[in-house]
Amino acid sequence: MAKPQKNQVPMREQSSEKRTKNFNEVPYGYSPDEAMQEAARCIQCKDAPCVKGCPVEIDIPGFIKAIKEGDFKKSIRIMKEKNVMPAICGRVCPQEDQSQKVCTLCKIGEPSAIGRLERFIADWEAQSGEIEIPPTPEPTGKRVAVVGSGPAGLTVAGDLIKMGHEVVIFEALHKPGGVLVYGIPEFRLPKSIVAREVEYIKKLGAKLITSFIIGKTETVDELLKEFDAVFIGTGAGLPKFMKIPGENALGIYSANEYLTRSNLMKAYLFPQYDTPIVRGKRVAVIGAGNVSMDSARTALRLGAEKSMIIYRRSDEEMPARIEEIERAKEEGVEFHLLTLPIRYFIDEKGWVNEIECMKMKLGEPDSSGRKRPIPIEGSNFRMPADVVVVAIGQSPNPLVPNTTRDLNMGKHGNIIIDPLTAKTSKKGVFAGGDIATGEATVIQAMGTGRIAARAIDEYITEFRKNW
Amino acid sequence: MQNHEKTTNAIVYAKSLSKDVKLFEITNPYIAQKGLPGQFVVIRHREEGERIPLTIADIDRTKGTITIIFQEVGKTTKDLGKLKEGDFLLDILGPLGVPTEIEKCGTVVCIGGGVGAAVIYPIAKALKSAENKVIAIIGARTKELVILENKFKEITDELYITTDDGSYGRKGFVSDELKRLINEGNKIDRIWAIGPVIMMKVISDLTKPYGIKTTVSLNPIMIDGTGMCGGCRVQIGTETKFACVDGPEFDGHAVDFDLLMKRLSTYTHECSLMEQGRIYPTRIKAGLINQTPTKTMISKSKDPLVTLH
Repeated sequence: MAKPQKNQVPMREQSSEKRTKNFNEVPYGYSPDEAMQEAARCIQCKDAPCVKGCPVEIDIPGFIKAIKEGDFKKSIRIMKEKNVMPAICGRVCPQEDQSQKVCTLCKIGEPSAIGRLERFIADWEAQSGEIEIPPTPEPTGKRVAVVGSGPAGLTVAGDLIKMGHEVVIFEALHKPGGVLVYGIPEFRLPKSIVAREVEYIKKLGAKLITSFIIGKTETVDELLKEFDAVFIGTGAGLPKFMKIPGENALGIYSANEYLTRSNLMKAYLFPQYDTPIVRGKRVAVIGAGNVSMDSARTALRLGAEKSMIIYRRSDEEMPARIEEIERAKEEGVEFHLLTLPIRYFIDEKGWVNEIECMKMKLGEPDSSGRKRPIPIEGSNFRMPADVVVVAIGQSPNPLVPNTTRDLNMGKHGNIIIDPLTAKTSKKGVFAGGDIATGEATVIQAMGTGRIAARAIDEYITEFRKNW
Repeated sequence: MQNHEKTTNAIVYAKSLSKDVKLFEITNPYIAQKGLPGQFVVIRHREEGERIPLTIADIDRTKGTITIIFQEVGKTTKDLGKLKEGDFLLDILGPLGVPTEIEKCGTVVCIGGGVGAAVIYPIAKALKSAENKVIAIIGARTKELVILENKFKEITDELYITTDDGSYGRKGFVSDELKRLINEGNKIDRIWAIGPVIMMKVISDLTKPYGIKTTVSLNPIMIDGTGMCGGCRVQIGTETKFACVDGPEFDGHAVDFDLLMKRLSTYTHECSLMEQGRIYPTRIKAGLINQTPTKTMISKSKDPLVTLH
């Protein structure tokens, strides 16, 4: 066997000058030739560490081998045995920290481009127009309610449907997808792709009810009267603020609001769409996670002359994916590191116009293991900004926990689950995704969804009396 | 589990209450089953539409319908006003927010300004059922804008009407009428005041020295209505609260009304640009316009203080 190429086949993408002027997706994806060429790099090693690195255990060597052989139909079939949302995962999963991190090819060069291949095969299927629906399993007569249609809920729904259970998904917003539709921008994950993957889960047989809020329209306790089990995947939907003076000024958004306006409500297409968004000239984003990068890059596309990340720690501690940070830098986002906002200055009409900041230095490691940022006395300075996006994280949404009896909660407002089964303290109720784990990634939410689906299947088919 | 199809959002009854105030009775058995006075729904009327919050004005649990009353003040409410009996709303989410605390407190005064009368009606009705003596004061700019007078008559012990121009009832503001009641020595145990922000501010300022507990219902700009976006944050005393999940009702003596008024004006500039027809989608798409127009959710260009739940 010939020695594999050291480097991945590159993926073509929009130039940074061009892409900051539109909301189209940045990379174009592989052509079939490019995909086959990249697939040929995989050495099909026996122990396949990549499979263990993938939270949903996709048969990675299997689907890559089929691409290499040009049997794309077979490839997507292998993929969908474990993952019903490959077009999404191929785009937003941090493969560099998961399957690709442990790839054997790392010993000689770059790992196999698993994420790009995953994306390729999903897009190929969609373009071919022949979406294969697996044979309908024997109905078990068991019914499961899934609360929330984000990555965790959709995974649970897809898995349970394939096991023959009846699934009803409840979504509070008017569109399914959770953070995939309100949070992640179009240029990273086109909404038509989310709609396509949700459509697939519906074709498998799941029923979706939108604009139906569990905790208000109906409670979990009421659902339990109609369903054999309930899965709660309501996400981390409560934005955190810094509680510093001036934070309620006009022009200051939570990242959730800023991104929801732009993504879910399509404010970037205003006035074709009715929802407005303030288009700042100098936009400051507080925080340096993936959501911060999404916000800063959205600001550029909304016409900002300057888009800035303000972060109290240094380069090394930024929680965003390296790829996202790189893209933001390419597009011209400025990084103001070791900088802490302490208050906002406001004009006579109530609009933010300046941010007072302090410079920071790093001290000893804190409880998170990262070096603690310490304000430098007398280093205060002001920075002009007309829009501020606070992207310092979210807490779990309290709506379901507050209206459900006997649900044990953690001190950060998360639902406590058994990590091996996703069982909560309440019989028949399972939870996963950010509501249980706290803020995490899309694929981690899908991972807990997978665990929950297995445990739910076991619970409702065997009907174990012990909880 | 019933199919939550569009048919549950059918407008079964539509009526004009005044020149620009409309009433819709809409089928939605789920919300009709659960809704309580003081709660609201978020609606979206078309694919490109906004999500706007509207207070539930009445509920018929047997028929499975809810009633909403709104003033046509912005693009969305004007679009909404064009719908007729038999039409459907794309989405209705609810019931949202914390319901009004209904208990027996003695003599209560319910004050509704403009379309706020529609919001306070179910509260007044529930307070009456809880064996309170209910005095209602409803006010409007002019006679044609006075709404629900007969419905209020049925459920109140005393009803006073004011108009700014004196064309009906007493000339003046609802606050003048409340002042009169207080000055005449009426014992008032609690007040609910719902209407334009400035009205709620004036009422709250008026009752504070007398120590009369005054509850107001706030209508900040909102998107999801579930606590997710934080757009509806209001300042209550030293704390920031989300009106959608912590409210919409708050202690009027602790509300920062000036901040609320400012936040309601966030999109007025863009709104007026749009109304003047100076913004075209094609120009925005082409990147020719940077500062985008916007329209307000529920406030409007002429008078940003008019509230609309």
